Amino acid sequence: MRHEDPTSHSSAPSPPLLEIRGLDLDFGTPRGRVHALRNISLNVPAAQVVGIVGESGSGKSTLAYTVMGLLPQNAVVTAGNILFEGRDLLEMPSQTRRNLLGNRLSMIFQDPMTALNPVRTIEGQMIDIQHHEKISRSEKRSLAIQMLHRVGIPDPQSRMGGYPHHFSGGMRQRICIAMALLVKPALLIADEPTTALDATLEVQIIHLLKDLQKEIGCSVLFVSHHLGAVAELCDRVAVMYAGEVVEQGGVRDIFHNPAHPYTRALLECDPGRIRQKTRTLPTIRGEVPNLLGSKEGCIFQPRCPQAFGRCTQDTPIEYRIGVEQAARCHLLNEKGLVSR
Amino acid sequence: MASVETTRPETNVAIGPGLQQFRKNRLGMLGAALVTLITAIAIFAPLMIMHDPVRIMVGPRLADPSLHYLLGTDQLGRDTFSRIIMGSRIPLLVAFVSLGSSLAVGLVLGLIAGFGPRWLDNLLVLFFDTIRSFPGIIFALAMVALLGPSLASVILVIAITSMPIYARVVRTQTEALRSSEYVAAERSMGAGTTRILAVHVLPNVIGPLLILVSMDVPAVIAVEAGLSFLGMGVRPPTPDWGAILNDGFNYIDKAPWLVIAGGIPIVLATLGFTFLGEALREIFDPKLRKDL
Amino acid sequence: MWLYLLKRLALAIAIIAIAVTLLFLMIRAVPGDPAAILLGPRATPEMKAQLHHQMGLDKPLVVQITTFFGGLLRGDLGFDVFGQKPVADIVFEQLPYTIELVLFSIFWAVVVAVPLGCYSAMRRNSLVDQVVGVVAVATLAIPSFVMAVYALLFFAVTLRWLPAIGAGDGFWDGLVHLILPGFAIGIGWVGYISRLVRASMLEVLGENHIRMARAFGISEWRIVARYAMPLAILPTVTILGVGIAWLLSSAVFIEVVFARPGIGALIVNAVTARNYPVVMGAVLVTTILIVAATTLSDLINAFLDPRTREKL
Repeated sequence: MRHEDPTSHSSAPSPPLLEIRGLDLDFGTPRGRVHALRNISLNVPAAQVVGIVGESGSGKSTLAYTVMGLLPQNAVVTAGNILFEGRDLLEMPSQTRRNLLGNRLSMIFQDPMTALNPVRTIEGQMIDIQHHEKISRSEKRSLAIQMLHRVGIPDPQSRMGGYPHHFSGGMRQRICIAMALLVKPALLIADEPTTALDATLEVQIIHLLKDLQKEIGCSVLFVSHHLGAVAELCDRVAVMYAGEVVEQGGVRDIFHNPAHPYTRALLECDPGRIRQKTRTLPTIRGEVPNLLGSKEGCIFQPRCPQAFGRCTQDTPIEYRIGVEQAARCHLLNEKGLVSR
Repeated sequence: MASVETTRPETNVAIGPGLQQFRKNRLGMLGAALVTLITAIAIFAPLMIMHDPVRIMVGPRLADPSLHYLLGTDQLGRDTFSRIIMGSRIPLLVAFVSLGSSLAVGLVLGLIAGFGPRWLDNLLVLFFDTIRSFPGIIFALAMVALLGPSLASVILVIAITSMPIYARVVRTQTEALRSSEYVAAERSMGAGTTRILAVHVLPNVIGPLLILVSMDVPAVIAVEAGLSFLGMGVRPPTPDWGAILNDGFNYIDKAPWLVIAGGIPIVLATLGFTFLGEALREIFDPKLRKDL
Repeated sequence: MWLYLLKRLALAIAIIAIAVTLLFLMIRAVPGDPAAILLGPRATPEMKAQLHHQMGLDKPLVVQITTFFGGLLRGDLGFDVFGQKPVADIVFEQLPYTIELVLFSIFWAVVVAVPLGCYSAMRRNSLVDQVVGVVAVATLAIPSFVMAVYALLFFAVTLRWLPAIGAGDGFWDGLVHLILPGFAIGIGWVGYISRLVRASMLEVLGENHIRMARAFGISEWRIVARYAMPLAILPTVTILGVGIAWLLSSAVFIEVVFARPGIGALIVNAVTARNYPVVMGAVLVTTILIVAATTLSDLINAFLDPRTREKL
């Protein structure tokens, strides 16, 4: 187990905590194979927060579940590696991989209303998830109380005997966060943790996550379609479109100097960033493509305002822009056509 | 999405792809084969029998199976094989008539409950629940005690006891459709209740209902055979599977082939109709049972 | 809690009251005079009139029904003119045999079916699952009396392993006498409950909180036993209540086949003899049993789920 000083990582590059390389994943459906993830390469450095943004159906949640190994039966990884702490999760015996869950890896889910078991008490569930720890039940209980207190559950001592339906949605998501961090993971995967909450709660939860991440020093893979939340919380951002990472880089680069036309379109559509009064909300024309069968050329080409001849023929490779930023777009190769 | 869609809920029965799926369902195919066989036997029964099924002493009493009496003879010297062949007619007749009439009544009452005023709905639902809370066979026995054992009593009893389920399903579906957007849209365009019922509710309700009926056929066959087994069904000497089983039961130690021969057609018929019904439900309406 | 109980109780009482009235009206509506049927063709008008009076048939219908309900409240189900005994005595003499048969059948069916259903859900589409699926549908389809006759033929007549008839004396003998009848009734239930448990287990295993438990590496065994089972069992509890009706119906045949005493046999005999007061009393008691069982299973169900428990 490596322990890294969270302040030193940027100057001395060490191997990332999570390294996804060339990952391809298919879903077998009655109508054929859906290529849900294609050639995904992504790093999560230690003690950093990496955001994954994209529209619904872009594969961002699938990617999160792939790392956790919680995919449905019809999902098949056809290529690639997922290295976590230097070991390939996909090559591991299933028992070894399961031992990482709730231990080195943990997860926060999208819908707090259904994420907790309705017939077990909060206390029971929080003691159960510490099954990797060799400590007594009462110690587990007091750790759980501390954590509930930390995430802002009032009077945790008496309230933890209650069932999930005794708590509001925001409280339940706090409990889920408490559970995910109680096991002191090296990597926390948060799958749209604020999507089901209203706006004021969302801000509170984001701040809570940010504080706790700093305190514990874990890495976070933060999946969201809310750009504001990503900008607030993340160090790095990967933009996903139709099962591909089309652009990734530092949070400032992505938000201030987006290189891929899709990223730019996404930023323009974010209601939080629209400054001037307008009667029509900007949208990206067209629809997310159907991922059945094989496609030629750039996946974004049918919707891209700047598409040209080459885009229909070749799949663009990842072009580097600066130290951290990279995007899959032919425009980057044809210098001078990259415009703002 | 640009506008609020008022799509029509899909009718559950889509015949084309369903048929292909059905071919792949081996149990369903087995059921269909059994049902076809039994129906064919019932239709062509007079051509298949070897002896008069009701005449007594066509052979010796309780004779062993032989080439002349394929399944032996009963205590009155009647040919068991011929009785079983002719006995296929009663269960199918009972199933057809009783379920047909209970379907018709259930449909009407269900539509009334679903589309009528609230108080009538509550009253009818209470009535349905009451009938359902009677234990089926025991209620049937009580009725037979009153009406006297006969084919007509059996049909009436089965029709009454199976009606509430159909009525409830129709009511639930009707109620759901009544509050749906497309019916509201129709109403706003001035469509009357009759038109809405005929054009929108009926086609949506009839599919699930027919599947339910097909699943009730084996139960009806079992009840009919059961009542005859208790001597409360068709009157002797009419050949009937349950009656044959009952005759054989009294001689179970001397002539075991009689109960074996009497039971197997009941088993095959109930299995055949069950497999067929299950397959139909699986293909057309997997969630149907949850409505009940 | 009390409000809910009261509501359920009121509904149960309403259903029983309607059932009684319906039965009552049916008996009276039948063409022919019950007294005449009881006495046979050689009865004199005086005998009929006397029996009419004895059975209360000479009073107006409303009075008859009120009298019956009044008696019912005092536990009086009427008088059996044939046996010269109160109907309640006859019915309650037979009732324990039927209850013991029904409870025994439910017990063994649940003990076998619940693990079978769980296993089928966990190893979905495995060979075991598919075989259990087909056998389940088959055993459910085959009428219990055919099953009973074949079980009797095979185990009692041919192999002579188990007793064929009666209810036995004492605990062990009684238990041995329950095996074949219990098998014949319960086997269809094994199929039904195992499929039901499988279906609800599959549904629960697909829920978000199960995925969350898996995300914490909790063992699959523990997830099924502690996280899924308490939820997956709820539909089965409901069905068990409703199923009492089904079992009581089967018990009629089983008691006749195995010559066991019980409510079913009592009803069959009373129907054959056209002994209306006994038919009426026995049907009424079974109806009450069924309504009570359904209500009870709903209450247990509500109690098992903490979300509804507090609303009770």
